[in-house]
Amino acid sequence: MVAFTLNGAAVAVEVPDTTPLLHALRGPLGLSGPRFGCGAEQCGACVVLVDGVPAYGCTLGTGAVAGRHVTTVEGLGTEDAPHPLQRAFLEEQAGQCGFCLSGILVAAAALLAREPDPDEAAIRAALDPHLCRCGSHNRILRAVRRAAAEMASGRRAPEPGA
Amino acid sequence: MSDLDRRAAPPGKLPGSLAADPRLDRWLAFDAAGHVTVTPGKVELGQGILTALAQIVADELDVALVRVRLQAAATPDSPNEGVTSGSLSVQDSGMALRHAAAAARAIHLGVAAQRSGVPVEALRVADGAFVAPDGRQVGSYWAQAAAGLLDCEAPAEARPKPPAERRVAGTSVPRLDLPDKVFGAARFVHDLRLPGMLHARVVRPSARRARLVALQDGALPGDAVVARDGSFLAVLAEAEHDAERAADRLAARATWQAADTLPPAHALADWLRAAPGEHAVVAAQDAPAGAPARTLRATFHRPYVTHASVGTCCAVARWQAGALEVWTHSQGVYNLRADLAKALAMPEEAILVRHMEGAGCYGHNGADDVALDAALAARAAPGRPVRVLWSRAEELGWGPVSSAMLVDIEASLDAAGNISDWREEVISHGHSSRPGRGAMPTLLAVEYMDPPREIPNALNPPLASGGGAQRNAVPAYRMPRLHVGVKRLAGMPLRVSALRGLGAPANVFAIESVMDELAQMAGEDALDFRLRHLDDPRGRDVLAAAAQMCGWRGRAKREGFGLGLAYARYKNTGAYCAVAAEIEALDRVFCRRLWIAADVGEAINPDGVANQYEGGAIHGVSMALMEQVAFNARAVTSDDWETYPILRFSEVPAVETRLIARPDQPPLGAGEASLAPAIAAIANAIHDALGIRPRAMPFTPENLAAS
Repeated sequence: MVAFTLNGAAVAVEVPDTTPLLHALRGPLGLSGPRFGCGAEQCGACVVLVDGVPAYGCTLGTGAVAGRHVTTVEGLGTEDAPHPLQRAFLEEQAGQCGFCLSGILVAAAALLAREPDPDEAAIRAALDPHLCRCGSHNRILRAVRRAAAEMASGRRAPEPGA
Repeated sequence: MSDLDRRAAPPGKLPGSLAADPRLDRWLAFDAAGHVTVTPGKVELGQGILTALAQIVADELDVALVRVRLQAAATPDSPNEGVTSGSLSVQDSGMALRHAAAAARAIHLGVAAQRSGVPVEALRVADGAFVAPDGRQVGSYWAQAAAGLLDCEAPAEARPKPPAERRVAGTSVPRLDLPDKVFGAARFVHDLRLPGMLHARVVRPSARRARLVALQDGALPGDAVVARDGSFLAVLAEAEHDAERAADRLAARATWQAADTLPPAHALADWLRAAPGEHAVVAAQDAPAGAPARTLRATFHRPYVTHASVGTCCAVARWQAGALEVWTHSQGVYNLRADLAKALAMPEEAILVRHMEGAGCYGHNGADDVALDAALAARAAPGRPVRVLWSRAEELGWGPVSSAMLVDIEASLDAAGNISDWREEVISHGHSSRPGRGAMPTLLAVEYMDPPREIPNALNPPLASGGGAQRNAVPAYRMPRLHVGVKRLAGMPLRVSALRGLGAPANVFAIESVMDELAQMAGEDALDFRLRHLDDPRGRDVLAAAAQMCGWRGRAKREGFGLGLAYARYKNTGAYCAVAAEIEALDRVFCRRLWIAADVGEAINPDGVANQYEGGAIHGVSMALMEQVAFNARAVTSDDWETYPILRFSEVPAVETRLIARPDQPPLGAGEASLAPAIAAIANAIHDALGIRPRAMPFTPENLAAS
């Protein structure tokens, strides 16, 4: 039994400590945002935040998050109350297949939390562990900048053309 | 506008896939709650097709986009639209739906007119309601939903709106699938959770076509059970992690009989040239031309490359009372059903195949293979759904790859600097071993089941269908004396099939490199030389646009940087694209900027088109600079992201895209148009920077040094 805080709620999950966190999240905890891509910390599809820091769910044993705060893309926001990043990704249409987006979104959230006004090089560096095969990178970079601007201004950025 | 002003299709001929499946209720259904459900046979691959199809339908019916619901393709109820491939979905499915929706609108309006006494040409449609000139509502799709009005074949004379009347098609509406993807909702087949579902993993052999000769007994983690059919080996467990661990343990207990079957990776180009194959003439022309004055000869090479989707292949299967249900991210549910039936020796009617989205699909990947894997694994647990997920090593090491190729070109200029002669030979495997098209199944596991069956050699589709190895092998430029031939290799030691562009990336790389070199030989600017040999005005327009965007005319030489230009019309019949690339040559080559000029005719969703062009071009950068399947005599060795790297955020070029608006022209698919020109533009930019003509992909320091 491993107890931790998942997206703000206390959870306890009945898996061996060595079961990868990704399996605990997608299995007994019923989430779908964190995704399997490689199982080897090489693609970033499984990335979640542990105490606000990006971590690879595919290799991290569930036991390692006991008592800690885990945030997945589901914990960033919802359609009714989106995180500025989620809103910005929709406004920039920053995605194609979308398989990589869960990991990218939480990594970007961690970046903006520690560096509210990152330059392009900082965004690229923060997202470099994340692979996107559809080639949506430039839209994703724009979306992160848009979200940063919105968060800095404390209000929603104006609609393009509005 | 009355319906009489609308454009009729050619008499008796239904557009797109409607010709093969003309019943309207196969495509559209209204309900009393105010929705229209659209059931295309094409599937979402990450390219945004469902949004484009919904736009087309909303526009023709005059209903709000939110009323349109897309149902994923499934046998046996969806129209059979074959495979979602070749950048043909807007042409095939979109034009079918446009016509079907126009027909449905006319039929419904006719009934409302008859019932109300208001002449049909006086009625207008306001978000699905039929409104008389005095403002009275005399009916709606929703009120007439139960009348069975679409229980008929589409009339050929249905008339879609003229371009100027369109309000939804042609606008950049946000993608319908993207919200689920940014909120982490369960949308992929990977996320499917059915009651009682088991997890399974396949144990792959140490070598291609190896035989399983012994399997030691021993305990397995949890409750894991083994599923075996000849040399096909899988293991099932309640918990996903137990299935993974059991597969590892089983792999250590398996003894395989293996042999060397793969070509020599270090001498691949020589092997391609020497390998037996079948020759065919792709194009030949002998028109009057000046005598050749200067001639150049060059050979271009591309290694095997692979799909490298970020997600691995996944399927869920369930056996119940002799029937099989499969959930899959296949590109063609009917094609998959046909091959499952052949592989499992059962009737197609006993198999239900349902599409769910997968990670980005760029061609014939392992999606169909994993569906048979799941069906075989699920035999060990009748009545229970079984989910098989490929490992990263399976994804990169066992999925079909795209053929290695050689392209030989000999081209001549006459004394006036015009191209007089062009002789080209393409050497390649076939580019399609897709399922559902032949007498024998082409799914991976059939080579391991008992009895094993050989997967038939890959084919090249005929040029009229876009071709395979010969796709874009015929230059778009004016060439009086022309000969293009292709050799298709007789066997495929590595299983090859369709990947984005098929033969186009290698062919366009070769042709556009030679065009640059001929321009140089003629002492002429590379843009001017192309424009002078290109008759197609739309091709000239995209070339001129890309040149203008990158500042071609006023460009200044910068140490270490280079600018290159390339052009292709995809398949020579599809979408137009010109790309300008700026590269920086450091310890290796980096692509810094891309300028893309695009023409797809009518763009249903311009931002979606731009997204596809951008994505395709970045795929091209990755293929040009870093991609290569590595293998030894027995197996693929580039089976993780370190050994098969793709372009990352730190290296991605800035991209600027300009779409030339042609709303009056038929729509052309966008997904594959930019990849090949991006590669060729990078090659030409490398020459501009370094004075080296790249001859072999990827453009690594080693390959450039040998060029």
